[in-house]
Amino acid sequence: MGTGDAGFEEPLVELRRQIEELERYPDGAGRGRELGRLRTRLRRETEEVFRHLTPWQTALVARHADRPFTLDYVQALMGDWVEIHGDRAYGDDPAIVAGLADFRGRPVVVVGHQKGRSTKERIRRNFGQPRPEGYRKALRAMRLAERFRLPVLSFVDTPGAYPGIDAEERGQAEAIARNLLEMSLLRVPVVVTITGEGGSGGALAIGIGNRVLMLEHAVYSVISPEGCAAILWKDQGRKEEAAAAMRITAPDLLRLGVVDAIVPEPPGGAHADPQEAAARVGEAISKALRELVRLDPERLVAERRKRFRTLGSFLES
Amino acid sequence: MAWFRKAKTPKAVRGLPARSPVPEGLWVRCEECREVLFARELERSLRVCPKCGHHFRLDAPERIRLLLDEAGARELFASVRPTDPLRFRDTRPYADRLHAYQEAVGVPDAVQVLEGTLAGIPVVLAVMDYRFMGGSMGSVVGEKITRAAEHAAEKHRPLVVVSASGGARMQEGILSLMQMAKISGALARLRERRVPYLSVLTDPTTGGVTASFAMLGDLNIAEPGALIGFAGPRVIEQTIRQSLPEGFQRSEFLLEHGFLDLVVPRPELKETLARCLRLLSAA
Repeated sequence: MGTGDAGFEEPLVELRRQIEELERYPDGAGRGRELGRLRTRLRRETEEVFRHLTPWQTALVARHADRPFTLDYVQALMGDWVEIHGDRAYGDDPAIVAGLADFRGRPVVVVGHQKGRSTKERIRRNFGQPRPEGYRKALRAMRLAERFRLPVLSFVDTPGAYPGIDAEERGQAEAIARNLLEMSLLRVPVVVTITGEGGSGGALAIGIGNRVLMLEHAVYSVISPEGCAAILWKDQGRKEEAAAAMRITAPDLLRLGVVDAIVPEPPGGAHADPQEAAARVGEAISKALRELVRLDPERLVAERRKRFRTLGSFLES
Repeated sequence: MAWFRKAKTPKAVRGLPARSPVPEGLWVRCEECREVLFARELERSLRVCPKCGHHFRLDAPERIRLLLDEAGARELFASVRPTDPLRFRDTRPYADRLHAYQEAVGVPDAVQVLEGTLAGIPVVLAVMDYRFMGGSMGSVVGEKITRAAEHAAEKHRPLVVVSASGGARMQEGILSLMQMAKISGALARLRERRVPYLSVLTDPTTGGVTASFAMLGDLNIAEPGALIGFAGPRVIEQTIRQSLPEGFQRSEFLLEHGFLDLVVPRPELKETLARCLRLLSAA
């Protein structure tokens, strides 16, 4: 990372560079001992840095460009992937992917936000900010799942729904609202995993699950820290305070009942070891699915609604 | 004589916006056409400018008087009150802010739910109040609208929700976002029970309110000229770095793009809702 706000990761980057350099040297002259020493130091410092991430730093980890995205999880965890396209009404939105796959011997439907890694791909994916046709594609895929009695696995990672003229013209609000309603009616298991950024309504629109899992360094919030700071503090620069005040981290959300389980990330975050991160996500989803596939459709619908029904905090005098 | 009884004048609180764009006094200037209007005449015309038709905003008590028959209305869930689950503090603690708005506006939070009749038809009515923190949706708004929908489903009474909101309330963080899911779940139940739900969108309805219950009516009905959208105009302008076209995100724009069933001027609103409810409940 090593740029801008993400300075907290810089010592780790430097250590990794030193290790890589030393690995290129021929053996002998205490190289092995020195390598061992550096690796131990890297492991310790990584643990130290990631144990003390502030909420804002966690948001930066959640946004990390090398973090696994939906298609990375699909590639690591699933077979027989068939990506499906289009909302059958307007177009195909690359910011959301949907498809059929085999997950550990079970056919499933996958929906998820998709970001890009190269500049060109990031633009094509609109930085993971869907337009209405993306949400409508996801809904079409979920209905397909219901028709053929397949579980839905949803992967959430978006800064938010795209705030543009075209998105408004095509009914961004309606598309999100409809998904909330329709997902409350789905008669199949829905397992949601917040893998990176859970950006407000744009995240929730594919986030109504029987189980909601969250990666250790993912975030989930009603508005971005920058947006919150700009509105409430009238100063985008107060994003660190806003990030802390809003309680956007996995432990906070677990405490508030918004997520059901936290998936621990490998040392240094999911981007430091994507394979291991995917394996852990796979285990967590698998466990959730085992519990859910036993339930009949009525029970799945009732329990999913009840799960969200209880969220909120108020007094009654 | 006046169609509206005068709303209680709130005590002034530092840092709060004026409760109403209409200043006290005999004369009022129209926000739209700048015409100087006689305040009593504006009240008589349901706060629609007699010169240009601009719809001034109504607060919840005014809206309730507009829509519900006078006899037999009863407030529901009035004891549900906000708390400060995150111990949130920006430039000021959320708890203080809540208290200031409660003092100034005279209500516990941004929505009121009533059971009553609308032109003789029994309904459950939820009305948002933009005066209370911009009508923002936190746990109380979510809980009360959810209960309104549950009550409507149980009693088989149509649900009417009048929206006026800037969206989710940031000070309750993620819990505000979750209200969108909670309410939508209750509306799903209403749908299964085949109980009509009319969504009335008024100026302004944006953010998480539009992106949940406001867009989920069996019929979506708006007042003329209301700002309705997902992202606020300023956010969009910042994103695309150009100014927005005239009339963008107004009721008529949404009607044209297929997201509203009707745009209805305020004097015809009650009768239009009644007609829709009679037709939907005929079977």
